[in-house]
Amino acid sequence: MATDHELRLRERLARLRSVNLLGGARLSAELEKLERQLARLAEETTDEDIWRSVELARHQDRPYTLDYVERLLDDWVEFHGDRGRADDHAVVAGLGRFDGRTVAVVGQQKGRDIKDRIDRNFGSAHPEGYRKAMRTMELAHRHDFPLITLVDTPGAYPGVAAEQHGQGGAIARSHALMARLDVPVVSCVIGEGGSGGASALALADRVLMQENAIYSVISPEGCAAILWRDAGEAKKAAAAFKPDALHCLELGVIDAIVAEPEGGAHSDHDEAARLLGDALREAIDELQPLAPDDRKRRRRARFRSLGVYA
Amino acid sequence: MSSPRIDVSIEHRDAPGPPGKRHPNTCPKCDSHYRDDELDANLWVCPHCGHHFPMNARARIASLADPDSFAEEATEVRSEDPLHFFDLRPYAERLAEAELKTGLGEAMVIGHARVDSTACELAVMDFAFMGGSMGSAVGEKFSRACDTAAERRIPLVSVAASGGARMQEGILALMQLPKTVAAVEDLKDAGGSLISVLTHPTTGGVLASFASLGDVVIAEPNALMSFAGPRVVQQTTREKLPDDFGLSESNFRFGHLDAVLSRHELRPYLARLLRLFSSDGD
Repeated sequence: MATDHELRLRERLARLRSVNLLGGARLSAELEKLERQLARLAEETTDEDIWRSVELARHQDRPYTLDYVERLLDDWVEFHGDRGRADDHAVVAGLGRFDGRTVAVVGQQKGRDIKDRIDRNFGSAHPEGYRKAMRTMELAHRHDFPLITLVDTPGAYPGVAAEQHGQGGAIARSHALMARLDVPVVSCVIGEGGSGGASALALADRVLMQENAIYSVISPEGCAAILWRDAGEAKKAAAAFKPDALHCLELGVIDAIVAEPEGGAHSDHDEAARLLGDALREAIDELQPLAPDDRKRRRRARFRSLGVYA
Repeated sequence: MSSPRIDVSIEHRDAPGPPGKRHPNTCPKCDSHYRDDELDANLWVCPHCGHHFPMNARARIASLADPDSFAEEATEVRSEDPLHFFDLRPYAERLAEAELKTGLGEAMVIGHARVDSTACELAVMDFAFMGGSMGSAVGEKFSRACDTAAERRIPLVSVAASGGARMQEGILALMQLPKTVAAVEDLKDAGGSLISVLTHPTTGGVLASFASLGDVVIAEPNALMSFAGPRVVQQTTREKLPDDFGLSESNFRFGHLDAVLSRHELRPYLARLLRLFSSDGD
């Protein structure tokens, strides 16, 4: 069955094919990319493929936000603190130079060793983290810096203090602020896109997802614990709710899949960064010429069209 | 002997949870027992101790709207099953069962109405429909309510009661967070306003989206409102939770609410607020 998305891809492909490749490498690269995505759409993803994505998305050597920042940005300046209560190390935010232009970057950050992991709270942000993200977004908005967000979290932190400090409200307001930004916004899910804590940073003009990333309403374990009353059924749960990139693309949740090096992003951080950098650059270049109001209108319309109902 | 029935419903994880086999009309606080009509006559509030029983969407609308003023919209919107989701039972079967049980097509009812003569748009959730979980149909209905409110230049009043995003719709359920938020932003840009009422329980994806974005946010007493439910927080942190964890009173203390109002105070409060928002127009 051809989905709308597949039809859109085919249409774009046909259009690109009719252009003599004067645009050079960039255009042919896009053609190749579309063809690859189309080919993958045609294949059926098996439950095993889905589970492999879950494992790769959580791989301990997978590159995290700062690994990409280090490789893609010059003159990086990191911001700290939400200007109210604390500095949440699960969220990284700052400014840097990407391809000669200043961009703002916000992303979740996991730790590499156990000490670092605890310091980063395993990538699970408190409301303070979302507030740090928001003040950075506001700054980008005022100075006309494109915003890049990198999503990698098992979910927002479920703790007593997090609730008392307004976790639900912070996530809601982070979504809302992203819907109001005048600047180009590109998000990429680079590992785990866990629930509202992830979508809070992904209300973007273009939402990308790395090949082996996952994006889901709940973790496979959480879903299994609730629906099957057994966290051990995680594999079954993942197969049922399909958090892999291909299914997200098919449902129109993301706009494109970013390729990873053979074997997964963890096998070659430099190559993973290069591929991600290309995709981000392409998306920003596409968005920059649009008028801010138009961009914002399309961004909201994009999300308002998501869902399947009768 | 038949084996005990296992409750597999995700929606009820944060529910008021009557311990044991308590009758729904027995007050969990003071054990008084009532007939339906007795509770209905008192807005489903225990006349003895003031406990707020769950209130279904129809009763809620009747309690807020002027008689015969409510005109329902988008009645035809229904959930689909894009993932062909099957846990222990097919999602389609759960949907059909919820519709039979509640008489509603989805977990949200929208329409325009008058509250003490002031026009407004209502978006009311019903916890009895799959735990008030938000899937594509709820997101779409809320989104349309925002548009109607903007077109008619009337405020939108939402009454939330939800366990969060509807897991059976997977990532599309999560996408209802940005969707409903984008709809609220469109409403606000059009000069409209959202008044958000949180009732027991309002958790997960609904709290983390439109329900927290009211220009004014109010809650019923003793209602649970938390992003993560108490059980999840307990299991993750292994901390002892405060007695008032996530309850309205605690949220009010921490500055997340404008008011905690008993159900009897809700209509007059909304009427006053709606008049203030509508003073130059209508």
